[in-house]
Amino acid sequence: MEFFDRFAVPNPTFTIYASMVAIGLTMLAILVGITYFKKWGYLWREWLTTVDHKRIGIMYLISALLMLFRGGVDALMMRAQTAIPDNTFLNAQEYNEVFTTHGVVMILFMAMAFVMALMNFVTPLQIGARDVAFPRLNALSFWLYFMGAMLFNISFVIGGSPDSGWTSYFPLAGNEFSPSVGTNYYMLSIQIAGLGTLITGINFIVTILKMRAPGMTLMKMPMFTWSALITNLIIVFAFPVLTVALAMGTMDRLFGTHFFSIDNGGMDMLWANFFWVWGHPEVYILILPAFGIYSEIIPTFARRNLYGYKSMVISIVAISALSFLVWVHHFFTMGQGALVNSIFSISTMAIAVPTGVKIFNWLLTLWKGKIEFTTAMLYSVGFIPIFTIGGVTGVMLAMASADYQYHNTMFLVAHFHLVIIPGVVFAMIAGLFYWWPKMFGFMLNEKLGKASFWAIAVGVCLAFFPMFISGLDGQARRMYTYSESTGFGIWNMISFIGASMLAIGFILIVYNIYYSTRYASRDISSDPWNARSLEWATHSPVPDYNFAITPEVQSLEAFWDAKKKGHKLFKGNYKEIHMPNNSGVPFIMCCFFFLLGFALVFSMWVVAIIAAIGIFSCMAHRSLEQDHGHHISVEEITKTEEKLGGAKK
Amino acid sequence: MRELFPAKQVMGYFFSLLLTVIALAVYFVDMSYQVAMTILLVTAFVQAGVQLVVFMHAGESKDKWSIYTTVYYGVFIALVTIFGSLLTLIWGY
Repeated sequence: MEFFDRFAVPNPTFTIYASMVAIGLTMLAILVGITYFKKWGYLWREWLTTVDHKRIGIMYLISALLMLFRGGVDALMMRAQTAIPDNTFLNAQEYNEVFTTHGVVMILFMAMAFVMALMNFVTPLQIGARDVAFPRLNALSFWLYFMGAMLFNISFVIGGSPDSGWTSYFPLAGNEFSPSVGTNYYMLSIQIAGLGTLITGINFIVTILKMRAPGMTLMKMPMFTWSALITNLIIVFAFPVLTVALAMGTMDRLFGTHFFSIDNGGMDMLWANFFWVWGHPEVYILILPAFGIYSEIIPTFARRNLYGYKSMVISIVAISALSFLVWVHHFFTMGQGALVNSIFSISTMAIAVPTGVKIFNWLLTLWKGKIEFTTAMLYSVGFIPIFTIGGVTGVMLAMASADYQYHNTMFLVAHFHLVIIPGVVFAMIAGLFYWWPKMFGFMLNEKLGKASFWAIAVGVCLAFFPMFISGLDGQARRMYTYSESTGFGIWNMISFIGASMLAIGFILIVYNIYYSTRYASRDISSDPWNARSLEWATHSPVPDYNFAITPEVQSLEAFWDAKKKGHKLFKGNYKEIHMPNNSGVPFIMCCFFFLLGFALVFSMWVVAIIAAIGIFSCMAHRSLEQDHGHHISVEEITKTEEKLGGAKK
Repeated sequence: MRELFPAKQVMGYFFSLLLTVIALAVYFVDMSYQVAMTILLVTAFVQAGVQLVVFMHAGESKDKWSIYTTVYYGVFIALVTIFGSLLTLIWGY
């Protein structure tokens, strides 16, 4: 029995046992359901083995929505616990686990996946490519992310969740203070998902630099593609730091090394330092694609071209460079000297400049535009004021001396949620509504969409504005309860109400997806928004090969000018198209990765070695196999194009 | 025949062998820690440059500027990370 003891959750409660039963039953229901409806073959052929960037994007999207609800339930539990003073809904240990998993799930498994979803789906279409540069690697990226996320999520019922914060600072995260396997899960699942992200980074840089349609110079790329390029550049430079830090942390925990210990020559703050060398650029990895999405949506619905395209490009490049120069502002109170704090304080404030340039560019794009308030546009317009409030409180936090007051209080929590939610979540939902017809061939319901916007926008303000006040009054973050005499009760109650409204908003979005799938009209054009960039020049939903004829680009807003100025995008006749073959190897390889991660979490060395051999076998298989892809014949293209609404020329 | 002989690569090969020998000498020749580290760092970076330019053919294609921009950017980020960490954790602490 002793062997199995390690898998037990260290602090079991009724809720956890109930979740175990629920997870078990859900998995059983899924397996029985797929078998009953005979969908195994379909699932394997069309999804598990796919290398199509559009399908991979959709899988990222589904995973991101699932993770949004996982992280959202965590958030609701936290707000419910702190809604009234001296509450006993969660105990201290449970609260620690909940805020840790909330952070990790929301940043790494929700926001990152959402960014990847839209980047995967949209970028190749916007540059007129047939797929990404390395389609097989793209599938590998997704499955690495997915297995990492699953590994992280099972920690809840097997072995116990990590409980040392999403930042997982040593020495707290070391074996001495976190003896359970929770932090092992943290180290290994993020490592696996991070590998996937790094591969995506390389893949998309090559795709964007090498596979643009003829005529599309760098300065004729749509803004979203620009932001995707810069984002992936940051990924390639920032993620190796995380990889190394996590490897060192794993070795500290599993093999007794002393990188981050206090004794034996270790340096505990080195973890915090590495974490934020990656962590701060990570913030921009999330926000830049969001900026790109807004730069697509705002011109479309203001019916004007984007104001200051060049300054937009320069500011994202400037942001990408500056994002590597500011990481120390996450630990101003560590005890380093005034000189160091001043340097990082100034570099932090400098980021506000290019960000401000972008905000003003969006405002000037709206200026005198014929604004159409669709759901996507509402989210984009709602983003500007809320994000600005989050942003200017960031400048307050950037002042090192004042930060001693704000550090580790709810003020900080309010700041970063008011940046990330309008910055990333609003953008992703806006992008979802905007590109949904391109993905699935029907539109999401506008009425439900607007209702969700108001619930989410009001909810986010109600949930986080009170934290500015309670934070300035001294409420520390990550505290599971407080006494009545502190006077924090009222603010936390308002926060809880706001959080509940947010939950209603997200439920509305999911209901909207269900409702529109059942009732929305399938009879829409390929360009329902009257948009400007190339992805709208092909059919909805997009055929396998994206464009029957590779488009030729002459101007920045290629599709708009094709519609308005009569530029010809598609010249010549159909030619045979060369496409990559599907492959099950990435999926199988990532199952081995999951097994490897799980085995390492519990120090089961034999299983770990077997899994590692499995991984290397998959890599060897890839090196030795001959795969030249397949060709789509001209007749087949003609047939598909006719079926999708007439041959487009 | 002359244009078929990869003179650049052969020279590069010998040069990187030379760099390896110099780096190896640190182990066998008695010298102070600072001198040894300096030699190792310099030879390591020159070695990496040789690999990149000679054997990985950076600068031989039309888009060489994007390759070099990425390399310079990478070097910039690496230097910022290393010296920033040293500044934060040791010099300025």
